Amino acid sequence: MRFGAAAIAWCALVSASATAPVANDVILSEAMPQRLSDFHFFDGDRPNAGVVAYHLTTPLFSDYAEKDRYIFIPKGQKAGFDGDGKIVFPVGAAIIKTFRYGVTKIETRVLLHRANGWVALPYVWAGDDAVLKRAGTRIDMTVHGQAISYAVPNVNQCKECHASDGAIMPIGPKAANIEAVQMTGLRKAGMIAGLAKFVPMPRWDDGAAPLATRARAYLDVNCGHCHNPKGAASNSGLFLGWTMTDRTALGIGKRPVAAGRGSGGYDFAIDPGHPERSILIHRMQSTEPGIAMPEVGRAMVHDEGVALVSAWIKAMPTR
Amino acid sequence: MNKPCLSLAAAMLLASPAFARTITVAPGADAQSRLQEALIDAQPGDTVQLAAGRFTLTDGLSLDVNRVTVRGTGPATTILDFKGQKGAGEGLLVTSDDVVLRDFAVEDAKGDAIKSKGADRIVYYNLRAEWTGGPKATNGAYGIYPVSSADVLIDGVVVKGASDAGIYVGQSKRIIVRNSTAMLNVAGIEIENSYEADIYGNVASHNAGGILVFDLPNLPQMGGHSVRIYRNTVDANDTANFAPKGNIVASVPTGTGVMVMANRDVHVFGNTLTNNATANVMIVAYRQPFKDTTYNPLPRNVVVRDNKHGRAGWEPGFPGGAQLAAALGGSLPPVFWDGAGGRGATNVQVREAVPVMTLGLAEPSTPVSDAKPAPVDLSGGPAIVEPKPVVLPASMEDAIK
Repeated sequence: MRFGAAAIAWCALVSASATAPVANDVILSEAMPQRLSDFHFFDGDRPNAGVVAYHLTTPLFSDYAEKDRYIFIPKGQKAGFDGDGKIVFPVGAAIIKTFRYGVTKIETRVLLHRANGWVALPYVWAGDDAVLKRAGTRIDMTVHGQAISYAVPNVNQCKECHASDGAIMPIGPKAANIEAVQMTGLRKAGMIAGLAKFVPMPRWDDGAAPLATRARAYLDVNCGHCHNPKGAASNSGLFLGWTMTDRTALGIGKRPVAAGRGSGGYDFAIDPGHPERSILIHRMQSTEPGIAMPEVGRAMVHDEGVALVSAWIKAMPTR
Repeated sequence: MNKPCLSLAAAMLLASPAFARTITVAPGADAQSRLQEALIDAQPGDTVQLAAGRFTLTDGLSLDVNRVTVRGTGPATTILDFKGQKGAGEGLLVTSDDVVLRDFAVEDAKGDAIKSKGADRIVYYNLRAEWTGGPKATNGAYGIYPVSSADVLIDGVVVKGASDAGIYVGQSKRIIVRNSTAMLNVAGIEIENSYEADIYGNVASHNAGGILVFDLPNLPQMGGHSVRIYRNTVDANDTANFAPKGNIVASVPTGTGVMVMANRDVHVFGNTLTNNATANVMIVAYRQPFKDTTYNPLPRNVVVRDNKHGRAGWEPGFPGGAQLAAALGGSLPPVFWDGAGGRGATNVQVREAVPVMTLGLAEPSTPVSDAKPAPVDLSGGPAIVEPKPVVLPASMEDAIK
């Protein structure tokens, strides 16, 4: 394919209209802008100059919401990579993610890289702009025929998932989880430099990719942001990141620590060959607070995700 | 002004914020967002004052600002009610340092009641964490749950109904739990994978197990040590164990007073230990298989001395316990050790006025059916130095004066 989707995105940004540019000063200030439009990330529905759409190979499940993701890099600056292939952003950068169902936008979460660290702000759409809701909110809606209470996280809950050693960080995007064509596009646009070493993640729903790598990619994206040695769930000793190789840390034959009723009466996070008695599956299948994992950001069960991880556990040799 | 005075003044200026505010929040409509906004808006040094009454909450609350006090009007009058909670793993989550929580109650949280993680120098004072429907497996796991923290003070709290431990301190160091009451939980007070803890002046009653000191494998912090349990009342821990299976506390026999598992330098002295149907004190190894080569499953350098013992051991709540009791004339002695690892590897010492028994298990994993129970004299052995008292930063004690 000579003209990839990414190339089309670059064309769009080059031909951006005469709207006010992205408000670098607002990103860098201490302010908590009340409206998403205060940042000028968008010109109507189109990204403004310097704002580039990207796609993840395997995304986080959020009640079947569709997500539009964008990176903003200030003019003349570049992102790079850390040793784990995670993109490192310059101060003044922003990551913007809009959650929508069809054409109905629900919320836009913004991560701002300010001089003293990252700040996470949730905006909830009302009409043609989105309004800051630092304490989060709940929205009753029907998704796939199911009535749910959709939860917009508060700023602390943003941090629960985005924390590393207590400081707020972007979860990704990891180079391993961004389509190759897009990485090339970012490079050509001069927005990213350097080389990342990584094993690319497959698409979680790509039937042609090996089951184990798809399940591991899914667990990395949906669980690994807390379940890592520096994350909110560090005390569990259950580490589900893409590069983890220790079988016990991955949950295989690992007994629960502080799961409480989250254990469901089962002995192991992953009981090889037995998804039906693995705590991991029990918690993915629940929507009840105190049992459900992830603890925030999900009011529905991701049946397809449960099926994938169950199939992986089922295929493991029994002990 | 001479130089010492100047530096003292400067230090005082730094220590007391010029603009410490009190943000008052009352119950009523939108309590969830108003209270959560106050917890977000608070600046270091501020107090979030909770007015009297019942706050009806729909989601977990969280605090991530250092040096904030959250204060109610008392554990009977300011109530955070999580019966209608729709999300989050705990009622209140604290992830910042130097936080003081005092004078309020958390009821019916769907997960843990109050959790603090990586929250150094946290103070829990005069609080109540309760599941109001009584002991049930569907209750949240922990009432008061500090984890991965340095310097923890828990004083004057009451916890009822937790399906794991009422007061649980995990993977932390320098801990004091005192003057608190744990009732109708699976475990009353549990200190796990932690270093340097003083547990004193508490009441643990009508739990399945009263006070537990455990160490578990495969965790970031292991090798629990230096725990003193003294002047507690551990009476009638007679609530049938209602923990969901799979959790380590599900293996605690109903009727356990004090249980020490896979820890070292644990001293149990001067307590009143009565009416615990399995045992007043059990000293045991971790019995499950594990692959972690850095983990030691044996209890080591444990001292049990000078406790006041009441009735114990008449209905041992572990598999094979009834037969064991029958073989020993109807009941077990108040203190027993599983014998795993032998005396050389464990140096368990018991100096009490009551009989002591060993189960004579060769290894941690030896089945109880292979027990060779026998009276044992554990009064001697190489000297064991008692851990020094835990001293917390003065700011923590000052917060509750």
